[in-house]
Amino acid sequence: MIFVTVGHQMPFDRLVHAVDEWSERTGRADVFAQIGATEDWPKYIQAAPFLTPGQFAKRIEQASAIVAHAGTGTIIAALRLNKPLLVLARESARGETRNDHQIATAKYFEEAGYVLAAYSTEELIAKLAELESFQPRASIGTVASEQLIQRLRRFTFGADDTVVQSHPHHAQ
Amino acid sequence: MTRSKKKILAVASGGGHWIELLRVLPAFDEGEVVLATVQKDYERDVPRRRLHIIPDATRWNKIGVLRLALRILWIVLRERPDVIVTTGAAPGYFALRFGRWFGARTIWLDSIANVDELSMSGQLVRAYADLWLTQWPHLAGSDGPECAGAVL
Repeated sequence: MIFVTVGHQMPFDRLVHAVDEWSERTGRADVFAQIGATEDWPKYIQAAPFLTPGQFAKRIEQASAIVAHAGTGTIIAALRLNKPLLVLARESARGETRNDHQIATAKYFEEAGYVLAAYSTEELIAKLAELESFQPRASIGTVASEQLIQRLRRFTFGADDTVVQSHPHHAQ
Repeated sequence: MTRSKKKILAVASGGGHWIELLRVLPAFDEGEVVLATVQKDYERDVPRRRLHIIPDATRWNKIGVLRLALRILWIVLRERPDVIVTTGAAPGYFALRFGRWFGARTIWLDSIANVDELSMSGQLVRAYADLWLTQWPHLAGSDGPECAGAVL
């Protein structure tokens, strides 16, 4: 089963349409898409506007491949389970998002070998063919990097406070 | 008198912001962690923690933003956290601003999604963040945010 997801903030009809068209052309029927609050319902693939986090987790687990917008939540969820992921970046000029940060996100994760990325629907359709054989470079753990965890811990519980709260022994 | 355990308020809006916040929570295990986010369903991600639900508003919806700000103010007043940490976006901005009024120390961790430049909220929050972090080395600098690793 291929799982398509556009996140919970805005629909992404361009992505869903492209996959729908691909499904019609290839006869590939085992596709499920989470499409957001849109009027524009796909014709050939199954779809739902939103999923609960539980349903989302289940869909990702069961998917053989994932097609999504270039949102970090989806990318992290897919990498944790080592699933092949193809992302299409939202474009602000098309009213799909408010700035073009997804283009940079897609480029970074693509260049690092974690995902396949497309920057047009033609490219998306072309890359769908190779998606299920794509192997992400590495899966990621459940926790942030040790460096970041240590930095946050030091700031929150660290030495700065111990100095302020130390008690001089002059009371006696 | 000081509390024996530090109280940490961890705030994030939905999607990637929430996922990124979950990945740094182990840093705060020594303290008492209370969370605030936009979806009740996210409870399943943090079964042993208290979770406040806040309205889901972006900076572009004025009434929504006002309701969000008031709700955040109420949570900060009620919890009186020692430290506030956020991965954005709008809820985190308000949490750091209001938290500062009541003596909280504040952490902004800009989302890894912001590769080319810091998020708008991340830029606006600068004056209210004691620890101002980007996850991208090339965005860090002496008069910019600090980079101390990423959520990956």
